[in-house]
Amino acid sequence: MHELLPGIRRWQAAGKRVALATVVDVWGSAPRPLGSKMAISDAGEIAGSVSGGCVEGAVATEAQDVLHSGVPKLLHYGVTREEAWAVGLACGGTIEVFVEPID
Amino acid sequence: MKQTIFDLVSQDSDRTFALAVATIIDGPRSVVEIGRQILIGPQGEHAVDDRTESLGDPALDQAAHHAAATAIATFRPQRVGIGEGSERITIFVDVHPPRRTMVAVGGVHVAIPLLAFARTLGMRTIVVDPRTAFATRERFPDVDEILHQWPAEALSALGLSAGSYLATLSHDDKLDIPALAAALRSPARYIGALGSRKTHAKRVTALRELGFGDDDLARIHNPIGLPLGGRGAHEIAVSILAEIVAHDHAVRLTRVEAPHNEVPTSQ
Repeated sequence: MHELLPGIRRWQAAGKRVALATVVDVWGSAPRPLGSKMAISDAGEIAGSVSGGCVEGAVATEAQDVLHSGVPKLLHYGVTREEAWAVGLACGGTIEVFVEPID
Repeated sequence: MKQTIFDLVSQDSDRTFALAVATIIDGPRSVVEIGRQILIGPQGEHAVDDRTESLGDPALDQAAHHAAATAIATFRPQRVGIGEGSERITIFVDVHPPRRTMVAVGGVHVAIPLLAFARTLGMRTIVVDPRTAFATRERFPDVDEILHQWPAEALSALGLSAGSYLATLSHDDKLDIPALAAALRSPARYIGALGSRKTHAKRVTALRELGFGDDDLARIHNPIGLPLGGRGAHEIAVSILAEIVAHDHAVRLTRVEAPHNEVPTSQ
């Protein structure tokens, strides 16, 4: 969390709304451990990471939805045969990310 | 996450204990409120405001408190499932440790890169040395605190916690032994002592005379740092922080001996 704070504080001071994404489950060779975090502002800025860069874009998009609706989301990412070319983890792991607004 | 909870967990610099946040992340929406969360401290206190006192069910609260105790003790988040099938409720218990603090005892050469690298790793940094010529702002431009005090006094005022990492570097028993004694009386997460095995054996004798036993003395990392073979101040700093990273993640490394004694003294 510590490395996200300067960004979150700056965004909030500028009146932006912020969502927090946390890795809540990892399976296989996931790149970031349980509890890894990424913050997303309603202007699309990001700080931190939940993977090695594979799913951050998708999480940031979902975060805008969460900020809009105010309803948290549980997201699943992983590589399967069918979705190998969709957003997923190149390393073959599976992760679950919980996205919630800070309000 | 409620702003009130966020503010509490993010103020980690002065906190000496971990806080846990238990959140309902999955379950039937007819039964639970996804995103509902409670803050749990080391003694289980959890009231931030009226809305965050409970996850909405005593059984969920009990499960969350149980997992939080583990998370707070180990600094590792926990995931708890309650119930089966479509009724299954998942709680994620995150942990927010106190901010890690690296304390260097002795404002010597090695302390300069050690504290600079520790800062890069996100740690608060403190140098303790009563000798004002050593611990100067010029030598340590970026450290958070320079304490010109004897270690016993400085460390007792500072209050070492489970988020503290301490390295004695001074090679001066008047500084190193009281610092090690203070660290051993605290829950400090890492204690390292620079100095040869021979030097350290003398310190161990002195610490035994102060009443410390085998279990206490086993907490001290000596020789300090992983044996990477480097002899320069920057290299020793890397080896100490590498040891701290391994220690933090409970990685047990097989110690290989660096060829220190085979290196010609001219190097």
